[in-house]
Amino acid sequence: MTAFLDVRDLKVHFPTDDGLVKSVDGLSFQLEKGRTLGIVGESGSGKSVTSLAVMGLHTAGQYGRRKARISGEIWLDGTELLAAGPDHVRGLRGREMAMIFQDPLSALHPYYTIGKQIVEAYRIHHDVGAKSARRRAVEMLDRVGIPQPDKRVDSYPHEFSGGMRQRAMIAMSLVNNPELLIADEPTTALDVTVQAQILDLIRDLQREFGSAVVIITHDLGVVAELADDILVMYGGRCVERGPADRVFHEPRHPYTWGLLGSMPRLDRDQQERLVPVKGSPPSLINRPSGCAFHPRCPYADVPKDDVTRTVRPELTEVGGRHWAACHMSAEQQKRIWAEEIAPKL
Amino acid sequence: MTIPERSDSAAPAPVPATVPAEKHDSEALLKVTGLRKHFPIKKGLFQRQAGAVRAVDELDFEVRPGETLGVVGESGCGKSTMGRLITRLLEPTAGTVEFEGRDITHLGVGAMRPLRRDIQMIFQDPYSSLNPRHTIGTIVGAPFGLQRVSPPGGVKKEVQRLLSVVGLNPEHYNRYPHEFSGGQRQRVGIARALALRPKLVVADEPVSALDVSIQAQVVNLLDDLQQDLGLTYVIIAHDLSVVRHVSDRIAVMYLGKIVELADRDSLYRAPLHPYTKALMSAVPIPDPRRKNARGGRVLLNGDVPSPISPPSGCRFHTRCWKATEICGTTEPPLSEVRAGRQVACHHTENPEAPAPPVQRG
Amino acid sequence: MLAYLIRRLFAAAVMLVVIVVVVFCIFFLVPRWAGVDIASSFVGKQADPAAVAAVREKLGLGDPIHVQVWEFFRGVFAGRTYAAGGEVTHCAAPCFGYSFRSEQAVWPVLTDRLPVTLGLALGAAVLWVVVGVAAGVLSALKRGSLWDRGAMVVALAGVSLPIYFTGLLSLAVFAFGLDWLDAQYVPLEQSFTGWLGGMILPWVTLAFLYAAMYARITRATMLEVLGEDYIRTARAKGLREHTVVGKHAMRSTMTPLLTMLGMDLGALIGGAILTESTFNLPGLGRAVLDATRNQDLPVVLGVTLITSLAVLLANLAVDVLYAVIDPRVRLA
Repeated sequence: MTAFLDVRDLKVHFPTDDGLVKSVDGLSFQLEKGRTLGIVGESGSGKSVTSLAVMGLHTAGQYGRRKARISGEIWLDGTELLAAGPDHVRGLRGREMAMIFQDPLSALHPYYTIGKQIVEAYRIHHDVGAKSARRRAVEMLDRVGIPQPDKRVDSYPHEFSGGMRQRAMIAMSLVNNPELLIADEPTTALDVTVQAQILDLIRDLQREFGSAVVIITHDLGVVAELADDILVMYGGRCVERGPADRVFHEPRHPYTWGLLGSMPRLDRDQQERLVPVKGSPPSLINRPSGCAFHPRCPYADVPKDDVTRTVRPELTEVGGRHWAACHMSAEQQKRIWAEEIAPKL
Repeated sequence: MTIPERSDSAAPAPVPATVPAEKHDSEALLKVTGLRKHFPIKKGLFQRQAGAVRAVDELDFEVRPGETLGVVGESGCGKSTMGRLITRLLEPTAGTVEFEGRDITHLGVGAMRPLRRDIQMIFQDPYSSLNPRHTIGTIVGAPFGLQRVSPPGGVKKEVQRLLSVVGLNPEHYNRYPHEFSGGQRQRVGIARALALRPKLVVADEPVSALDVSIQAQVVNLLDDLQQDLGLTYVIIAHDLSVVRHVSDRIAVMYLGKIVELADRDSLYRAPLHPYTKALMSAVPIPDPRRKNARGGRVLLNGDVPSPISPPSGCRFHTRCWKATEICGTTEPPLSEVRAGRQVACHHTENPEAPAPPVQRG
Repeated sequence: MLAYLIRRLFAAAVMLVVIVVVVFCIFFLVPRWAGVDIASSFVGKQADPAAVAAVREKLGLGDPIHVQVWEFFRGVFAGRTYAAGGEVTHCAAPCFGYSFRSEQAVWPVLTDRLPVTLGLALGAAVLWVVVGVAAGVLSALKRGSLWDRGAMVVALAGVSLPIYFTGLLSLAVFAFGLDWLDAQYVPLEQSFTGWLGGMILPWVTLAFLYAAMYARITRATMLEVLGEDYIRTARAKGLREHTVVGKHAMRSTMTPLLTMLGMDLGALIGGAILTESTFNLPGLGRAVLDATRNQDLPVVLGVTLITSLAVLLANLAVDVLYAVIDPRVRLA
């Protein structure tokens, strides 16, 4: 019995002139219908590559170049996608699983009207005439809150505002009632007041459609608003995963602590000083030995015998449905969080 | 870290980083009056001016020595244009910019040159704002050549010192920008801005292109530099949490206008302008326990209108839940409603002082 | 859209007037300042002074400069009458004057030769667009493959080898060596197959050069477009790859090609000088080459004006087509 979306030991490696870029290097997670998983990480952590791999788009656009190497298993509703033929996966794309992207201006074709682009998405998977497809496009635009949808359906993307474009993008991705929706930084390019509208919209639509949602973002605020579960990625691997409440209130991994400490927060009193993570993100070609985070980790010497530098930590369950990949013992993690980190946040 | 005083300057000694908001009488380092910038739009057979993007319209504010003025707003509010106007990278359509009591609004390139030492800018994108063909040493040392200043000990030594001030290795002198990460490049940009010991640094979205963990490093660095060098900052950003963290006073802009200007704590504790309130309540809270109690959230409708034809009267009235008839007809002036608190609104939020903290979540 | 078109037409007309004036100045005034007497070059090398004076009077070369410019200008648009010593010659509009050598009016000479050049340019254009774009797209899709490398080497050769090399080579091989084709130009009115046979080698030679350029540009643009976000969106919708490439990517790739095509065609109408002289085609290019050799200024001037007009019109056509392809420029 597999979960609705079940990713097992996913690896996506890109051969380049400088060496093998291990963008995703052994990632596993599960997601059930009706739930939202938030994948959090910084640039280069592998979060976007993961979503593209699920969609089967990680090699798209790589014409003739040395192709990405992918291994592991991606189960969607009982079908393993990596073993399924490309045509089968293409048939699922846009129908079973759909995606919305960060920048709706560049993600929509500038030369076609919004309506044409939605109609195209609908007709590739439904054998319907142009008229009823257009009706469906208008209906979807209306559903995502675009005023005068019967007029705006004939507008070009550049005639829409940023928020409207993202609504249109959402309308297009939901036109076939997909079971899985992947949103890659859906609000990063938007203003904060518009972001609030879009987050509300995504939440409402999920309730209505009951689909599984993966939301990928660098913004902890956005995941806290939407996600039931959170997966924190660092250097192509998951360092912590668990229910949102536990990841925010009892985080176990020093990198998660670092993310929380780096963020100025409006919901707290003014912090005197932020607590950044020292150093820079890891190289994906020459990954640090042992725990990839150890060069930036203030607690790298807490576990004995240099184990952080030699042994790669595996995800271990630290509580109900809560995993962390850290060599420190559960007691050490709890103590440091409670005594050293939480008071400073 | 010790920074020698500028040899030739009559610059005031570094002042404490935080100037109390009441300290009104201290002379402003930068004073902006009626500042306006309209970008013409040409149309038709003879390219007549058909209208204008009213990017910045009638701004009045001061920046006091040693403080940080945060400028926050959404896209199209004119905050970046404002930054380019006060650094004289753009020519204003109307209004004046005074620096240390001197009107610099219409100074030519030559007359501006000495002032370029005092006013520096840090840009958003650490990838495109550094010339990829120049070494870090050349980039950071360029201002010395342009201003014909020879620092004691030579340019190279001074550049290496600057690199270490911003937390880079002085041995990186001969490296090229592409060898650095985003955060490190932003440090290079900061080192370049600091080379001539400016009095005023205008930073346009200095951290928005950076990852969260790196963002915090740069925010802390800006903080430290201000403490150590007595810098005055104007920090322009769209991220309200970052602006709150770095600023002493904050100006909130909407469609080319300042709608509220106040010291940080009172602004965040009790915003007076409905737009400020909406903006703050729209920021997602990184705490899942609060997501089910989001009662206090004000959700605005629609997008920001076009600055080409801004709404009549109060520019916010099309999206404001408190708007009445007067808002569509009469533009509310930015006026001081309380000591140190200016707001431009007919129906101020939290009208009675002392205001209770806003219930968020 | 209409206002845009009117504005562009107006601008084109102004530009044409400016070109006429500038070209006249270059061809008639500059030589005079340089000490070359146009009247004597019209008459010939051993001219007697009386004939030179008559010509000078007839052509109005003694008039003040602005009068000369105006007369020429009027000639182009309204026709002109030359009168000297009782001899009156009328030159109908558009009057570019008379050839120094053949003493024929320039305009009929040009209109005789224009169809040859048009046939050459348009035929070659069809060939190079089809071949160049196809090769470029295939190269982009199979980037790094043997096909891509091979095609790009051929393209590099096409861009860098001069026409008189490829042209003469093809003549030597196909016309004289294998005797497959005739190296003789046959007017279209006489025989279609003869015309076709005579044009194939010039077409191929000219198209080879341009196809190479178009293949390189197509490949580069296509690769860039394929990396765009909206192409990823098209794939995420579940579109088939040939739809993604053939519809979504092609439409964006066409835009820069269109600009190039307009410019190239415009310039070629003025004569593919090298191709025409290599293959002995009686087109505008040959005319201008001969005229230059003989210092036949009126002919050179006429061809220059026709070229300018063609470039202007091509530009206009490109701009209008641009607005059709890219909705974002419609209001510009």
